[in-house]
Amino acid sequence: MSPLPHPEKPTPQKSVFHARGLTKTYDMGEVQVQALRGIDLELFEKEFVVLLGPSGSGKSTLLNILGGLDVPTSGTVHYLDQNLTAGNDAALTRFRREHVGFIFQFYNLIPSLTARENVSLVTEIALDPLTPEEALDIVGLKDRMDHFPSQLSGGEQQRVAIARAIAKRPEVLLCDEPTGALDVQTGMVVLDAIARVNRDLGTTTAVITHNQVISQMADRVISLSDGQISNIEHNTHKLSAAELNW
Amino acid sequence: MIRAINRKLLRDLWHIRGQAIAIVLVIASGVAIFVMSLSTYSSLDLTSQTYFDRYRFGDVFAQLQRAPDSLVSRIREIPGVSQVQTRIVKEVTLDVPGLPEPATGRLISLPESNETTLNALFLRDGRFPEPYRRDEVLASEAFMVANNLNPGDFIGAVINGKKQELKIVGTVLSPEYIISLGGGAIIPDDRRFGVLWMDDESLSTVYDMDGAFNDVCMTLRREASLPETLQRLDLLLEPYGGFESYGRDDQLSYSFLSDELSQLKAMSKITPTIFLGVSAFLLNVVVSRIISTQREQIAMLKAFGYGNFHIVSHYLKLILSIAGLGILIGIGWGGALGISVTEMYGEFYKFPLIFFQLDFRVVVIGVVISLLFAVGGTFRTVLSAARLPPAEAMRPEPPAQFRATIVERLGLAAFLSASVRMILRQLERKPFKTALSAFGIALAVAVMVLGRFSIDAINYIMEHQFSIAQRQDITVNLVEESDYSAFHALRNLPGVMHAEPFRQLPVRLRYRTLEKELSLTGLEPDAELFRIMNADEKRVPLPPEGVLLSEKLAEILHIKPGEEIRVEVLDGRRQTTKLRVTGTVTDFSGTNAYLSIDASRSFLQEGPSISGAYLQVDEREMDNLYRQLKETPRVAGVTILKAARESFQKTVGENMLKMNVFNIMFGCIIAVGVVYNTARISLSERARELATLRVIGFTRAEVSTILLGELAIVTLVAIPLGLIIGYGFSAILSSALETDMYRIPLAFKPYSFGFSAVVVMVAALVSGLIVRRKVDHFDLISVLKSRD
Repeated sequence: MSPLPHPEKPTPQKSVFHARGLTKTYDMGEVQVQALRGIDLELFEKEFVVLLGPSGSGKSTLLNILGGLDVPTSGTVHYLDQNLTAGNDAALTRFRREHVGFIFQFYNLIPSLTARENVSLVTEIALDPLTPEEALDIVGLKDRMDHFPSQLSGGEQQRVAIARAIAKRPEVLLCDEPTGALDVQTGMVVLDAIARVNRDLGTTTAVITHNQVISQMADRVISLSDGQISNIEHNTHKLSAAELNW
Repeated sequence: MIRAINRKLLRDLWHIRGQAIAIVLVIASGVAIFVMSLSTYSSLDLTSQTYFDRYRFGDVFAQLQRAPDSLVSRIREIPGVSQVQTRIVKEVTLDVPGLPEPATGRLISLPESNETTLNALFLRDGRFPEPYRRDEVLASEAFMVANNLNPGDFIGAVINGKKQELKIVGTVLSPEYIISLGGGAIIPDDRRFGVLWMDDESLSTVYDMDGAFNDVCMTLRREASLPETLQRLDLLLEPYGGFESYGRDDQLSYSFLSDELSQLKAMSKITPTIFLGVSAFLLNVVVSRIISTQREQIAMLKAFGYGNFHIVSHYLKLILSIAGLGILIGIGWGGALGISVTEMYGEFYKFPLIFFQLDFRVVVIGVVISLLFAVGGTFRTVLSAARLPPAEAMRPEPPAQFRATIVERLGLAAFLSASVRMILRQLERKPFKTALSAFGIALAVAVMVLGRFSIDAINYIMEHQFSIAQRQDITVNLVEESDYSAFHALRNLPGVMHAEPFRQLPVRLRYRTLEKELSLTGLEPDAELFRIMNADEKRVPLPPEGVLLSEKLAEILHIKPGEEIRVEVLDGRRQTTKLRVTGTVTDFSGTNAYLSIDASRSFLQEGPSISGAYLQVDEREMDNLYRQLKETPRVAGVTILKAARESFQKTVGENMLKMNVFNIMFGCIIAVGVVYNTARISLSERARELATLRVIGFTRAEVSTILLGELAIVTLVAIPLGLIIGYGFSAILSSALETDMYRIPLAFKPYSFGFSAVVVMVAALVSGLIVRRKVDHFDLISVLKSRD
């Protein structure tokens, strides 16, 4: 893997996200689901945070709200000075376009586009992007660029998704169960890629998982259960992906 | 460099190519019919306007008994009159080589200069007659072609009681006769009716009309008022036996053409609307499906900062690509059809040359309307995709809600197999979508019915008019009204088995402020050859006193049975009287008024007199009879019903066959478009479910039944609905096409309904089988593995 373009050393403790009193209720067909029940949260510049919790604990909802994909039923979220909960749809779109990279559990690649084209989809609308080739190089897929998603393994597909997420040089990288659909070996490769982006590009990174092991990679581990934060833990000794004990 | 999002678009399009092609064809059909009918319309309009302009077609026409040339200067003084042309016009009996029966000729005097005259002739072949040659004539092209005549050929004519040989020296076209209709005929019969032109001097000498005329034609200046001019002209002509003068709209050939043009316009509205409506529906179905399968893709795009505008424009591009291709094909196709249909008309109507014009505005309007339909039909769906909150789009759609169907709730569940239950629940779960699919298929049926309508209607009119109402073999018109001895003479002609007299009177009917000129027909009350029949094929008895009116005529005059109408005779002694309207007749052509021949005598205060007779003839004696009629000076014309009918069916029949092929094609395009799309989409929506059934042991046939059974039910429901809608469309078209000259009855043969239903069922079956092949090739593992 080639060196990253903008290596920076982390300088901690500047608040990037600032959330207060978040609640969220969904109508799922005939059922009502209360996904968040009052969450206060801070995310800091350049830190690696793991959001830990069982399924249904509200982690995805929280991540979606932070990323501007969803709006809370009540409460406020600030990104730096910008109030995300006050913005309209256009403001949220601009926020996502300029600042956020997403990685999803099921990769969400466009099946009709090649790896390179899936990344281009983002670089074409970003302000100061990497080239798709650079981004794919970072995740080690330089020689698989012209393959369609159906021709790539799960891990490769997820790495394309990471390339797509980091190609715009986002300030924030939000990952929703990035290894959820992968086996251990492939999962390690993917996590390593994410950690490298966090370390080398200084991108604030939040990873959702229900896998306790992964939290050993984080600066901070925020545990959720039943729509509330149950515990916040600081890691004094961060492990690399290779060092995780599965 | 194509942007990645546009690559996705192209690949999405490729993925749905089968459905896209079906929709493209439906749009193309709609646009093609639109462009075809309007370009034919504008071509015929341009052609005829140019022709009428260059050859100085008259604005006002009038016939009279005889007036001195000195009257012309007074006619010129009528305000607004630009040019006046007087002529001698006489009907003669012709003996055409190769034609056993006598034909009718209209002999018109040629003016001195064809360069300045009104209704100038276009010389197609040969030359103009030499001055003072009584034996040289020009003949209309339609007549020449129908009888296979060439300049230099001779025909016989009974002119003013004397049989004479005429040499045809040239073939001409006249703006007055782009279609040649002989006295009283409703369909052209070019073999037996021809227009001839003869030197003015010669014709006036033969008819003893020196210094006189019996026909006048004029053009008006732009500012002139037509009704006022007509009124003034009538006043001038009245002392000279003038019949009502009339404008272009009542000129036979002109009004025939304008009827045709207005029919083309009507066609350009109704049929394309159906096609574009169907295509909007199909686009909506397909786009909704694409959007629902791409929920997560949309969410991902939004997560990475693609805005609503991007999403909307992305899917709009998909729609516009399909619509655009359909429009392009439609314009090319419609243009080509327009050319061939215009040529077809060009053979029917006689123009010196045809200008084909694909009006730019027509194309633009076509494009705009189709795009409006395409975008209008899908915009809400596209907008809803953009409005989808990204986080919600990320989640799979909530599970579909099912419940027991009405049939099951009625307690019939025990009789239903699991497959049937699945089909019924699926249908009932999405009633709106089911209804739309049924409606789409119904429209395919409706298009077929609409296509059959014109065929059935024309057949019905022919049958009604020529077999049921009119049963004479020959109608003989006499030069002038004659006493009963003429009738006896006709009855005693060889081969005549039965004869019935008729009396025809040019009259003006007046009711309050409304009036209408026409020929009043006096018939024997118990006539068996010419029977007055209603549209329901019931005979309408002729009252001993009073008149029967065409329903259309009563409508024009706003008169109801029981009321009295004023009748003014327009020739001879110009008697006037009042007659009670005893009833109306639902007939299909012309505006007619009938009374008993005795009633006509009593108010004319004349002895028994006739204008002609209907004859029923022994076929073996036909030639003999024809020979005699050709030699009879008092016979002005002979109409042979069967011959007229055959010639009509030959020309019109061919065109109808072509139109029928088009309609079947268009109906099938819609049917396949709807059924294929619906089947294809339920296949993709339910692939997982169907694959699961295969995995647990259902056979391919059973799985196909579940998928296609749904469509079979929808098709079966759609067919009766389509028959009704088609009937409704036909009713709309029938009233849109109604003119004073024709009424088109809604007379369907059961066969047509059956035919429409069967064609659509076959189309549905074929598309079902195409989709079934996909079920057979299911890759069970991958279907089950993939997330949607």
